[in-house]
Amino acid sequence: MSSVVLFVAFPYVAMILAVLAGIYRYRADRFSYSSQSSQFLENRLEFWGAVPWHYGILLILTAHLLALLFPAAWGHLIGAPIRLYVLEVTGLALALITLAGLAILILRRVTNARVMVVTTVMDWVLLAALAVQVALGFWVAFFYRWGADWYLHTAVPWLISLFTLHPRIDYVVGLPAVVQTHMLLGFGIILLFPFTRLVHLVAVPISYLWRPYQVVIWYSRRWQPVLAETSKAAMAPGSSRTGL
Amino acid sequence: MNIRAQVAMVFHLDKCIGCHTCSIACKNIWTDRKGTEYMWWNNVETKPGTGYPTLWEDQEKYRGGWERRDGKLRPRLHSRLGALANLFHNPALPTLDDYYEPWTYDYQALFNSPQGDDQPTARPVSMITGKPVDIEAGPNWDDDLGGSPVYAANDPNLAGLTDEQRRQLNELEREVFFYLPRICNHCMNPGCVGVCPAGSVYKRGEDGIVLVSQEKCRAWRMCVSGCPYKKVYYNWSTGKSEKCILCFPRLESGQPPACFHSCVGRIRYLGVLLYDADRIEQAASAPQDQLVEAQREIIQDPFDPAIAAAAAQSGVRADMIEAARKSPVYKFVKQWKLALPLHAEFRTLPSLFYVPPMGPVRAAAKGESYECSDGAQERLGPMLSSLEGARLPVRYMANLFAAGNQEIVLAVYRKLIAVRLYKRFTQVKDIPREEARKALELADSTAEEAEAIFRLTSVPTFEERFVVPPLSRETAIEPVLDPFDHKPAAGFGFREAPQRKW
Repeated sequence: MSSVVLFVAFPYVAMILAVLAGIYRYRADRFSYSSQSSQFLENRLEFWGAVPWHYGILLILTAHLLALLFPAAWGHLIGAPIRLYVLEVTGLALALITLAGLAILILRRVTNARVMVVTTVMDWVLLAALAVQVALGFWVAFFYRWGADWYLHTAVPWLISLFTLHPRIDYVVGLPAVVQTHMLLGFGIILLFPFTRLVHLVAVPISYLWRPYQVVIWYSRRWQPVLAETSKAAMAPGSSRTGL
Repeated sequence: MNIRAQVAMVFHLDKCIGCHTCSIACKNIWTDRKGTEYMWWNNVETKPGTGYPTLWEDQEKYRGGWERRDGKLRPRLHSRLGALANLFHNPALPTLDDYYEPWTYDYQALFNSPQGDDQPTARPVSMITGKPVDIEAGPNWDDDLGGSPVYAANDPNLAGLTDEQRRQLNELEREVFFYLPRICNHCMNPGCVGVCPAGSVYKRGEDGIVLVSQEKCRAWRMCVSGCPYKKVYYNWSTGKSEKCILCFPRLESGQPPACFHSCVGRIRYLGVLLYDADRIEQAASAPQDQLVEAQREIIQDPFDPAIAAAAAQSGVRADMIEAARKSPVYKFVKQWKLALPLHAEFRTLPSLFYVPPMGPVRAAAKGESYECSDGAQERLGPMLSSLEGARLPVRYMANLFAAGNQEIVLAVYRKLIAVRLYKRFTQVKDIPREEARKALELADSTAEEAEAIFRLTSVPTFEERFVVPPLSRETAIEPVLDPFDHKPAAGFGFREAPQRKW
């Protein structure tokens, strides 16, 4: 029963909350969508922390995601031992780099008085969750060798069963506690997403690649549709004008 | 042809007395909040000097503005892909220490200290951490050349000056300097807009004011580097960039911006320019020594019926076109060619133009007498000697106001000198008519023009200095919003406390 709560109910609750709360926050408090960068207050450690952390975690997450989205192709990729070795070693190295970056970022927040000022409780919660998660991931990769392979036959079918709304926990209940914790904490971080600065994840400014350099906004044109709408409504019998 | 209106500015530096009233007016209205303590949307610098933030003009360091690369104009800061790659760490970001750590004083200590032999003191404490700090820099640390050998010696504009010229600048008790008040230039080709990955910095179509959308800003902080004038600031508390908004809520109700309104020396002029937005890239790509002229080229004649029709076509309101015809900025920039953009080589086509200061005219004196090298000009008295011997070298002014092109600055000075000579001829009458005529001829000017320049420089009324129609947003929003509700919130469209909540 508790397994169902942990491996079915909790992931669903986390994902639904992340989406709903994320949308609510975007609509109600768009101002709060920010990466809250503190590079302005401290520059040097930020470089040594933020760069390895971000690139490391992005690559690792991409690997997790690729295996989930294209299990067949992934299975083919790790089919030859040499490719599996390379992948595992790369993964371990990336995990170490990511962990080191995160450690520097945490150290920076503790030791720099200025950065401490702009750190909230939720920032600490998020940092702790991320640190534990990456450490667990490294632990799993190191002590439960060939994760690139068994991930395909345990976590991936479990996740697919969740997404296809036919949840099957038999893929994961037998796994070691460390692995299970890593999986659940993953959903824990998804749950944290709308309540922390993690929202900057969905703010990746990809449109910069093609937008024109100059952005011009005509106030009058921007309001034109609203104005037309309102004047139409004002013409309707019994209507009274109200503010937005 | 795509004619746009731009609310543009002229600062007449000969009239600036360096009193910082503009800075205080701005500070009290806009930047006395948490996270903005260090920001001075309007600041006044002493030149020669390194300014605020320190060495902001050094684009090798901060990579602001635009550059021509492979025949194309692109931000100096990054390529499009490079922008995404540098999101996690902006290598050209000035940090708080490049500005200064804002501080206050622990005044309570004066009251709470236990009784003792010594007078209690109010120690400076950081407004960020609340901890005691040693004050090492301020927003105007080298004001009036304070610490010049340390600070002003690093001024990038001193490049190209001879050792003798540098020595003369620092001659004891005869040091020479002038003031450079700076606000956002609301450029026609803004660097900050060009580098923002989120597209949150934008230019208003109606008036050309450059703003940062507080709701779209995601703290990628590229605008801080991308603005070569360092006039976009990062609010360290809210995680949003902020900048001078040209007091648009005041403009909307027909008042000039606070810094303009409060200016003691009345050095500031505000007016409308019409320019061709289709030729922005072309003008900004001109060879460096032709940039000033290229920008003048795209500023259009508001009296030309074809231009006025094209402006109306692209949505410029009739009262803006009318204002463009009375614009003091158009006169200073385009008709008289007296006002020049600051650092045209940044290629942002700024909308703020400066009339360079005459300053003390003589460079060196021998003994008590002002001996001029040029005998012909000796008769004009010590006030007006040769430009080549100007106390502030023409090369320095050219570095600041003409992208290094000395000819442009010389033309301005010839006209300014001609106006002085002409007025001295008409008022004091100690200069022969022939002298005044020759000076005007040399400056390619006329008596009528000199008179007009004199009037707008020396005795302009409030209405002649600030010629911008009320932007009348209240009329525009009337069908949608209640103007009486809207007016107290004066156009923010953003009515929550700028505080971090999550």
